[in-house]
Amino acid sequence: MNEIYAQYWKRHLRIIGVLLFIWFLVSYGFGIIFADQLDAIRIGGFGLGFWFAQQGSMYVFVVIIFLYVVLMNRLDREFGVDEE
Amino acid sequence: MDIQFWTFLIVGITFSIYIGIAIWSRAGSTSEFYVAGKGVHPLANGMATAADWMSAASFISMAGIIAFLGRDGSVYLMGWTGGYVLLALLLAPYLRKFGKFTVPDFVGDRYYSSTARMVAVACALFISFTYVAGQMRGVGIVFSRFLEVDINTGVVIGMIIVLIYAVLGGMKGITYTQVAQYCVLIFAYLVPVIYISIMMTNNPIPQLGFGGTVADGSGQYLLDKLDGLHIALGFDAYTSGVRPTLDVFFITMALMVGTAGLPHVIVRFFTVPRVKDARISAGYALILIVLLYATAPAVAVFAKTNLITTINEVPYDEMPEWVSNWEATGLISFTDKNEDGIIQFHADPDINEVHVDRDIIVLANPEIAGLPNWVVGLVAAGGLAAALSTAAGLLLVISTSVSRDLIKRTLKPDISEKHELLTARFAAAGAVIFAGYFGINPPGFVAQTIAFAFGLAAASFFPAILLGIFYKRMNMQGAVSGMIVGITFTAVYIVYFAMIRPDLNTAENWLFGISPEGIGTLGMLLNMAVSIVVSRFTAPPPQEIQELVEKIRIPREIEEAVK
Repeated sequence: MNEIYAQYWKRHLRIIGVLLFIWFLVSYGFGIIFADQLDAIRIGGFGLGFWFAQQGSMYVFVVIIFLYVVLMNRLDREFGVDEE
Repeated sequence: MDIQFWTFLIVGITFSIYIGIAIWSRAGSTSEFYVAGKGVHPLANGMATAADWMSAASFISMAGIIAFLGRDGSVYLMGWTGGYVLLALLLAPYLRKFGKFTVPDFVGDRYYSSTARMVAVACALFISFTYVAGQMRGVGIVFSRFLEVDINTGVVIGMIIVLIYAVLGGMKGITYTQVAQYCVLIFAYLVPVIYISIMMTNNPIPQLGFGGTVADGSGQYLLDKLDGLHIALGFDAYTSGVRPTLDVFFITMALMVGTAGLPHVIVRFFTVPRVKDARISAGYALILIVLLYATAPAVAVFAKTNLITTINEVPYDEMPEWVSNWEATGLISFTDKNEDGIIQFHADPDINEVHVDRDIIVLANPEIAGLPNWVVGLVAAGGLAAALSTAAGLLLVISTSVSRDLIKRTLKPDISEKHELLTARFAAAGAVIFAGYFGINPPGFVAQTIAFAFGLAAASFFPAILLGIFYKRMNMQGAVSGMIVGITFTAVYIVYFAMIRPDLNTAENWLFGISPEGIGTLGMLLNMAVSIVVSRFTAPPPQEIQELVEKIRIPREIEEAVK
């Protein structure tokens, strides 16, 4: 049993790790650290860095949570620890 | 029909709805009072979380703050939404699995210590009281501006409304009222913006409109136009930031981590039936929050452009009517310094003749767009919904901390369920009166205390809960010393710059150039470092605690499935 739990937790942490990397990249990376360089790329009236800081990062946050829900529910079912 | 009539009508209708819901959803047990019987649908919980989260400040002030900060306003947009990712991925599902009622419950049980529980109760009470005083003040301000009653009368009316549904319904009443309040506030926020977006850019979607071209046939991008206006008036370009990158980084992180650590937000995820529901519920909450937060920067750009073109270098006598309407409230005022009868708006304080309060950006929106009077009434109802929903959520945390964490779990464990419920109701009533007192007599440092609340949540709860879930070896000694070091460091830094020596509150005096708003991030890192080091040098937590951690990491144990 403990072996299965350890396996589950390892996969679980990997999913969270990847998603948090994306979270960090769009907000702190694109929206803050590289914002000035990205502003050279224009989409309509937006500089890309400005867009990530005031729009894009928030949309990506929503997508991250829904991805997390789908991936986690699938993982739960695979390991038989889901609440159905 | 005039504005006054519509405001009274719409505010009256919404208030009757809230009270009706409160009577329909009375709480019969402590579980219903604390966590709505854990039977809230995830979508309803998402809506309630969004209303709980978006305060009077989000509704009324945020777009204005962004309009005056430009690019640097991003810290609030990213900070107050990105925290939900942390909440959803790192805290909410595990706390739901843990399955008790409050944050101090978790801290006390996980760290098998009533010291840890008491530290957590103190933090929860301090954070919630700081926050709730501002909300009651917000209620008073909205009342006085739209209904032309005295601010203090407004606070008292707000107190009575919250008292009815918080004391009667507890978490159950609050949750379903918040669902209604979310609908009111988001509708009230979006309607005027969509009109303005069409007027200014021919695009009905404000999020796209503010990156589009101006609707005057020139083909110029709106943001370029606004940058040009800013530079011409001696300001920095709207889309460029002036704050140092490091500070922006730390402030954003402090707001995100603080959001995830706020007890009134965390406790919402105790109300859903399953771990799965806690996950999806955070997603619903964030979508509903982003609906407003992604609109705010558009509002800021529309309003700032409108404001500059309406008032700069225009003769005072030719001001549109909304300007003189709002002049009466003192939110916008002029002093003709060079006595030419023409208004100058400029970055240089010696030339500038205009004072604009940031709140006007949202409040005057319907009039700037020339919308019918009922829209103004709607905005008033929206502002009240935002303030009341947040105040109610916070009051519940306060009453729960007193009746459950303090009395039931520490002072008098043999209290009967009936008495505990009664105590919870009295605590809620006491908290309302206490909050109302601070709404009427606001402490002089309300603005700084918000930074305080986030900084403290970031430096105390977040690391304690996070390590409690993800680091099995974390023990009582580590967590308690971490929380104490984190809180003390953050509190001392903020109190020093905000209250003791505000004259020294400039970049060159800050530690590593980090402003008091961002110091919670450093407090959090300190907390984690101290926690981990101390725990390595002290005994590991007892076996049953390690098993508890194993259990909260998994939605359902396999043993149960075999049975």
